Amino acid sequence: MLNYIASLGRFGMHLIQQYGQAGVLLSRTLLRLPNPRKGFPLVVQQVYAEGVLSLLIIIVSGLFIGMVVGLQGYHTLAKFGASQELGPLVALSVVRELGPVVTALLFAGRAGSAIAAEIGLMKATEQLSSMEMMAVDPLQRVIAPRCWGGFISMPLLTLIFNVTAVYGAYLVGVKWLGLDAGAFWSNMQASVDFNLDVVNGIIKSIAFGFVVTWIAVYQGYYAEPTSAGIANATTRTVVYSSLAVLGLDFVLTTMMIGGW
Amino acid sequence: MLSQRTIEIVVGLFLLAAICALLVLAFKVSGLTTFFHSGGYRVEADFDDIGQLKVRSAVKISGVTIGEVTRIQLDPNTYQAKVTMWLNSYMNAIPDDSSAAILTAGLLGDNYIEISPMYSHTFLHNGSEIKDTKSAMILEKLIGQFLFKINGGNGDKTSTEKSTGDKK
Amino acid sequence: MTHLIDIKGLSFQRNHRPIFSSVDLTITRGKITAIMGPSGSGKTTLLRLIGGQLIPGQGTITIDGQVIHKLKRRSLYQLRKRMGMLFQSAGLFTHLTVFENVAFPLREHTQLSEAMIRNLVLLKLQMVGLRGARDLMPSELSGGMARRVALARAIALDPELIMYDEPFSGQDPISMAVLVKLVHTLNQSLGLTSIIVSHDVPETLSITDYAYVISDGKVIGRGTAESIKHTDSAQLQQFLQGLPDGPVPFHYPAINIEQDLIGETR
Repeated sequence: MLNYIASLGRFGMHLIQQYGQAGVLLSRTLLRLPNPRKGFPLVVQQVYAEGVLSLLIIIVSGLFIGMVVGLQGYHTLAKFGASQELGPLVALSVVRELGPVVTALLFAGRAGSAIAAEIGLMKATEQLSSMEMMAVDPLQRVIAPRCWGGFISMPLLTLIFNVTAVYGAYLVGVKWLGLDAGAFWSNMQASVDFNLDVVNGIIKSIAFGFVVTWIAVYQGYYAEPTSAGIANATTRTVVYSSLAVLGLDFVLTTMMIGGW
Repeated sequence: MLSQRTIEIVVGLFLLAAICALLVLAFKVSGLTTFFHSGGYRVEADFDDIGQLKVRSAVKISGVTIGEVTRIQLDPNTYQAKVTMWLNSYMNAIPDDSSAAILTAGLLGDNYIEISPMYSHTFLHNGSEIKDTKSAMILEKLIGQFLFKINGGNGDKTSTEKSTGDKK
Repeated sequence: MTHLIDIKGLSFQRNHRPIFSSVDLTITRGKITAIMGPSGSGKTTLLRLIGGQLIPGQGTITIDGQVIHKLKRRSLYQLRKRMGMLFQSAGLFTHLTVFENVAFPLREHTQLSEAMIRNLVLLKLQMVGLRGARDLMPSELSGGMARRVALARAIALDPELIMYDEPFSGQDPISMAVLVKLVHTLNQSLGLTSIIVSHDVPETLSITDYAYVISDGKVIGRGTAESIKHTDSAQLQQFLQGLPDGPVPFHYPAINIEQDLIGETR
């Protein structure tokens, strides 16, 4: 019995230690701002690697998700004779929920795993250590640009996802199912509020980008320097960040609907 | 590997695309344009019951949107809802005896205000009030009345109708 | 001061397992010092302690009069610019070419012009004989070549101290000979203080001025290459001559085999 309690305690301590490590890593990374002349190109490279290279998957999934929501929504709304409300339905569900969440999940799978694997491999092949011995701070040179790249890319990808999804629904609803384009847009405009819906969606995406990048960087940096360790780190990045995104989404939605 | 310059250009395009997306979301999806209420005028109307009418609900004539609701307040003296709406300046010749009704788009749709023009030769202007208003149709009330009509039996039919009519 | 590095009473443990217990070492300026020992005796850990990547549990590590684990981050990095380290796996940046790898410390720490950097990099590559390989990616290099590139990178900033972590292990005889020659010439021509951590006894002893043998967290032998060969400590001789059994037993500690076999049927 005592053994169980002890193992529970050990687990708890391990957990707290991990959170502490992650916090220390993050604060150090963010405090050691890269010097602008050298840091800026590095951040740009990371925005390219994490953002631009994720564009294709984001656009394709945005389009299809928009089309599916449009199709499903149309048939459901038609039962109530409210198919004119397809625009608001799609726009609100995409801008508030689907956009930030799906983008974050895709981002975790596409960019987060890549960050974790790359950093883990750099650690395993002693690139980080040799950097340190060359008096170059790996947190500043390697981790910080990846963090900023992720923080910047995520909201941008979400914006693009939102627009493609809305146009996907437009294609299905207006071009295919024959809704009136004017009603589609004007009903959407009447129910979507810029501050309440669009801006809140962007706030969510910023929070998700932060969490996903943080988890990816942490898992990579503290990965065990073996091939199994890196595989673990990549898996954990995707699993943990997906869970974190979904959980955080609930918390943020509650806050936004409740208080704001 | 791409050269730094190519990467910078591609990232620049990426940023640009995202900004365009933001603009589309702002103006096309959430209709932020109507925030800039330039060159319109404001009109007030008191309703007994506004139903689900909200700020930013549409104001229409014959189904064409000509403005939107900008403010909803409760009048502390009459207990009526005072709705302020903004009308586009090109609609500057609405007769001042026109009536305003709160209607619903479809069965489940949003409420909006429909203005039915009348025949006066003086027009609505900034700050004027629409006197003739029809409240929102509240589904529960209608059902309640309908049930009452059935239960109340055939004898009382006329009085029910009268009371409904009074209310409107 | 002739001692560049002075280690006194160093103790270090990892995961409650002691790696060093009160080790004393001195590294003489301008000489090649070898630190030898069986695998797992913490030789690499010692280099990391000297480089300030790990903090000792007890004792002090003094480099050129500065206690390394008490330094602030900024001065530690300042000190590290005067050190070079060659990692066992070379630690080349896989996304950069050979040229860019060697140029990396120069670009990070100096404001030199592009032409100047080019000249310096080519000179360093010439020194390790790989000037022609400047446009290759690290994945296209053999293990020995990768180490030579890493060596060129380690000396790019003209350090005073260079640490080699297992420079000869896993090399074919030719690249081993090349590396031995390189380590020796660099020490001779540039006057570098060198620390070699290795378990390749004959190659290491052929070029060292002074050698330490570490086992079980203690220094079990020290002296010049000649004198250490003639020490009559059994443990030391077992290591130096590579005997399979001796004070370091062939068998991992276990209970008596008869008991173990019987125990299985029980």
